[in-house]
Amino acid sequence: MSKRKLKESSAESAECISLVQKILRERLCHHCAAGKLFGMEQQYRHLLELLRRTMVHGESNSALIIGPRGAGKTALLNHVLKDLREMKQVTENLLEVHLNGLLQTNDKVALKEITRQLQLENVVGDKIFGSFAENLAFLLEALRRGNRTSSCPILFVLDEFDLFVHHKNQTLLYNLFDISQSAQTPVTVIGLTCRQDILELLEKRVKSRFSHRQIYLMNSFDFKQYIKIFKTQLSLPDDFPDESFAQKWNNNIQHLSEDKTVQDVLQNLFHHTKDLRSLHLLLMLAVSAVTVHHPLLTAADLQEASRQHTTDSKANIVHGLSVLEICLIIAMKHLNDVYDGEPFNFQMVYNEFQKFIQRKAHSMYNFEKPVVMKAFEHLLQLELVKPLERPSVRAQREYLLMKLLLDSSQIMDALQVYPNCPTDVKQWAASSLSWL
Amino acid sequence: MNTRQQSKLIYSWYGKPMSSDRKLRTSQYKAILITSESSRTETCIQLGDFILVEGVNADQPYVAQLMDLYEDGAQHKRAVVQWFCRLEEIPQNKRKLLKREISAQEVFFDQVLGYDTDIAAETIIKSIMVLPLHLGEELPIITLNKEQTFYVKQSWDGKCFKVLSPDTFSKLKEANKKRGVITNSSKAFIPSDIITPVKKETESVVRSATKPKNIDMEIESKHSASKSSLAKERHSQRVANNDIKTPTARKKLELNSPSRSKGRLLGCEVLSLLDDDCDAVAPLVPSATKRKVKFTSEILGSPPKIPCSNDKSKSTSETAEHCQRFSDTIRLSPYTKVKDFSEKDKNLHGKDDNLSLVEYQKPSSQSPLLTPRSRRTCAQKTSALIAEQISPLKSHGKLAAEEDDLSGSDSSYSSSSEEEEEDDDVPCTPEKKTKSSRIFSTPKSSRKPAVHTPAKTLKKTPLPGTPRTPRNATPEIPRRIQAAQEPASVLEEARLRLHVSAIPESLPCREEEFQDIYNFVESKLIDGTGGCMYISGVPGTGKTATVHEVIRCLQQAAENDELPPFQFVEINGMKLTDPHQAYVQILEFLTGQKVTATHAAVLLAKLFSTPGPKRKTTVLIVDELDLLWTRKQNVMYNLFDWPTQKHSKLIILAIANTMDLPERIMMNRVASRLGLTRMSFQPYTYKQLQQIISSRLKGVKAFEEDAVQLVSRKVAALSGDARRCLDICRRATEICEFARQKRTQEIVRMAHVTEAIDEMFSSPYVNAIRNASLHEQIFLKAILAEFRRAGVEEATVQQVYQHHVALCRMEGLQSPTVSEIMAICSRLGACRLLLVEASNKYLHMRVRLNLSQDDVMYALREE
Repeated sequence: MSKRKLKESSAESAECISLVQKILRERLCHHCAAGKLFGMEQQYRHLLELLRRTMVHGESNSALIIGPRGAGKTALLNHVLKDLREMKQVTENLLEVHLNGLLQTNDKVALKEITRQLQLENVVGDKIFGSFAENLAFLLEALRRGNRTSSCPILFVLDEFDLFVHHKNQTLLYNLFDISQSAQTPVTVIGLTCRQDILELLEKRVKSRFSHRQIYLMNSFDFKQYIKIFKTQLSLPDDFPDESFAQKWNNNIQHLSEDKTVQDVLQNLFHHTKDLRSLHLLLMLAVSAVTVHHPLLTAADLQEASRQHTTDSKANIVHGLSVLEICLIIAMKHLNDVYDGEPFNFQMVYNEFQKFIQRKAHSMYNFEKPVVMKAFEHLLQLELVKPLERPSVRAQREYLLMKLLLDSSQIMDALQVYPNCPTDVKQWAASSLSWL
Repeated sequence: MNTRQQSKLIYSWYGKPMSSDRKLRTSQYKAILITSESSRTETCIQLGDFILVEGVNADQPYVAQLMDLYEDGAQHKRAVVQWFCRLEEIPQNKRKLLKREISAQEVFFDQVLGYDTDIAAETIIKSIMVLPLHLGEELPIITLNKEQTFYVKQSWDGKCFKVLSPDTFSKLKEANKKRGVITNSSKAFIPSDIITPVKKETESVVRSATKPKNIDMEIESKHSASKSSLAKERHSQRVANNDIKTPTARKKLELNSPSRSKGRLLGCEVLSLLDDDCDAVAPLVPSATKRKVKFTSEILGSPPKIPCSNDKSKSTSETAEHCQRFSDTIRLSPYTKVKDFSEKDKNLHGKDDNLSLVEYQKPSSQSPLLTPRSRRTCAQKTSALIAEQISPLKSHGKLAAEEDDLSGSDSSYSSSSEEEEEDDDVPCTPEKKTKSSRIFSTPKSSRKPAVHTPAKTLKKTPLPGTPRTPRNATPEIPRRIQAAQEPASVLEEARLRLHVSAIPESLPCREEEFQDIYNFVESKLIDGTGGCMYISGVPGTGKTATVHEVIRCLQQAAENDELPPFQFVEINGMKLTDPHQAYVQILEFLTGQKVTATHAAVLLAKLFSTPGPKRKTTVLIVDELDLLWTRKQNVMYNLFDWPTQKHSKLIILAIANTMDLPERIMMNRVASRLGLTRMSFQPYTYKQLQQIISSRLKGVKAFEEDAVQLVSRKVAALSGDARRCLDICRRATEICEFARQKRTQEIVRMAHVTEAIDEMFSSPYVNAIRNASLHEQIFLKAILAEFRRAGVEEATVQQVYQHHVALCRMEGLQSPTVSEIMAICSRLGACRLLLVEASNKYLHMRVRLNLSQDDVMYALREE
């Protein structure tokens, strides 16, 4: 494509680009809302069928959706609910209660939230009256009065299910599961959790009432499917207004997916984590680079994004340190080597530093002790060094025991890229014995 | 009568003993004197009089006729009575046998056997009227002493209602006549309730009537806290009375203003009404201010507005309601009109008040039954004078009357809804109110709808969009809009039957346990004694189901008259927020009162420790007993102590999971009271499970024989939990449904069952590890390597990191940065494949495996 041509097209593609960014941003940021489901057809069918039976036949059930973070548990549930709401027999025939373990931190709050969401008769506006005991009795009575054929089914969704387990006596869970196992108002309890050991946390009588349906989401796709997901996530939809641009874009994506460097980038990410959220993060960084002057995604964009994505946070901090601070860190590294990871205090570090200054250093200025102390405190603030115990009034700061939060390999890597590092410091870093 | 609540009552015999029995050392009397210390009034109750007797529920004293009075050998005053029962005492399901509306004033001649007719004389509250009527006869409208007059039309013998036999009818009639004569002739024994200092009140009435401008202000201040504090004070007195077992008559009277039943009342009737109302009510209410406002606000010409009960022990919320009503009436009439009308009317008021002042003094010297007549005529005179002034307001009256008609049509709930609406206007916070109503043990309004409904002559039509306060909210889930589908295929039918909630006709494999429990409860029922039984067993062995089945059978037997009737109460430790809430729930089941936990404990202790008349045996199921444990164990202690009381008639079936619960968590004194009647439910064997499934699937060919056997063997080997067994079968039907091709009928086979079992019992860890990303797997390998090196099953991330880098080098992979390692570690920690410390320790965070090393190795090797 010649440069002139590109310029011509740039004017009309300005809106195209903003539209592309809008579509992709929506897709990558709101993964639950519109995103497609990958590799969970079976789970989808299971859950859909389960909920459909509750709605249509009034059958009570309970199930857990278990999978690591970012595996698509909430996305799956949202999809199923969206499809259910479109079914004719289900519309208006379902009450939903959504709880989150992070919000409803105890049964009292959870109970109020349930009552509020069900809009029972003791709710006025958004307020619920009565004590905890009254609320519980009221809710249980309400649920007990219903029966399979005439009451509206209720769906309880417990997000962060594992946190509900820690509520006192597991009262809420017991009652929800008990209702789902007795001839009362039909309810379905769906728990979402990332803990694999969730069943071991349930009390035995609660566990007995749980129906033991577990739907596992495992990110069980291989790299080929991963590439496919990459393609579908970046492709523009068919109904994109500017067809020629869409085609161009999609072709480019197709090329990218076959590109060796891109595949390497993706492979690397895939090796680290299989969850789609980190893929979205990577793509988000890459797509942000798309502008009018740079309308198509390139392999370099992805590489750059990957570089940003994988940088080591602590090593980055080390880059910004002064030479004195670097020296202190090196001194600590040597102490760690000598004493095999035992904690140290400022005085030890200072002595080590003094040794270096006196024997070896020609380019280094001998700093006063208070100045060194200041530098040391800066490291403390950056959390490169962590005290073993809280600083107390009685203990002197010089003798407070510390630990270094950096690995020696991190220090060496950081020194490689550290600008204008004096050579004797580098040598000292390489070997604590080099000054002998 | 209300003064009685505050003062001590002294019961003494009237006159000499009529006859005495030397042998039994009893002596019979013909009347009893009840003297109130504070008000210095005396009431005489004679044989044949109708009386109210203190009952379980203070709001609903029992009605009875006094048959005999005697003093027994131990100098206790005793009374023998013929009971009448209220509608509330008749079981819900029998009430429909009546096929007619029952007014709250109607009682039934009680012929139920087994009620104790011998009561302590101290439980007599006061005398009342019970008039016999013929079945079709309308209740006469008596505006005076409505709360003290009952009517009897039919008798009740526990199974059906019968018309009164002419014999009893005439007897009752006679008793009434006799009573009337006596009260009229002997002035010394006018019932105390009619005589109360009236003067003060009338004075205040006069005062307030002459300056009607203050009314609005006063009304504004009405719903202030002062009243609630007053009520609280009284309440506490009452409670104190309870505690020191003085034979107080703690009766709450539902004093309804008499004119309720008349629907449309216009201006000229107002006064007559008002007068009736006042003479019935005024003497009873000690707080003059309340009275005053009410009185004047009505004279102002607003539509007839009648205060309902002035019973002081009623909840504050109800009094608040009154106030609201008054202000409502005023609001309804155009403000300016009212004002100038009231000014014009000043003279009239003066007159009227003079009149009433005179009249109010009358009753103290007159027989109470005669007063209303005379007063009414007086009032009518004045009302004629007022009639002209009122005419401009008639339109309002009509309006109000129409509204009344409209709303009067809805029956029992109307009262509650009215209360709710009116509460909305009250500016005080509803929380407060609910709290106070709880403390003051207001009975549920639905329990005595008839008492409330006539209590209104004016009602607002509900404003659309106003939120309702939840005081009388009914617990209910909305109904479904589309009908539930019935099972269409064999598998669906099977699934429905296999659901744990489906109640089978009989419980197979628990016949022995059933029989044991049944015999235990039955024998106690027949003996009329109490007892405890402790039932234990692991979850899902049918403990609760069996006990419920026993209760169902016993209820059936009681209905068929093979057993004495009993009450059945169930509490579940898991469904209580606090162990002490058990008291509240039990009391609410038994009497319908809603009180705080401590108060409920007191009331229950009293209930079970004193011999109550008409007391049925109570069967109490305590599920999940272990959760009632408190540090002092007083809840458990009380529960198991009550059955040992002589008069408690309480049978407790306690259910828990652990067999040795009494020995493990209970103190000696609690465990000893629980007794040694124990039963333990063994986990089901595979044969039993098989039988359970096949009994549920009777007539439905959905499972292969072998498949059922496989499931039951598998479950029996693991836990013997029937719930699990049914769940697996249900899941198997689903799998079968998924797998089958196009409408071909299929039954559940081995393959399906195996899949369901695998799904439920397989360990998720291995699968989770196999599906983890490459670096996550390497990290796990690194952990194993570090464990092997150090010989300790714990390592810091830094140590693992070294191994990880080395492993990556071996595999020719790019080694990850520390940040990435930390991310991997926290991801594995979130899944609980690893147990990790708080992440602020960074590299020094310690890591441990949450599963055995062998499992990890097994999972990683098979690739």
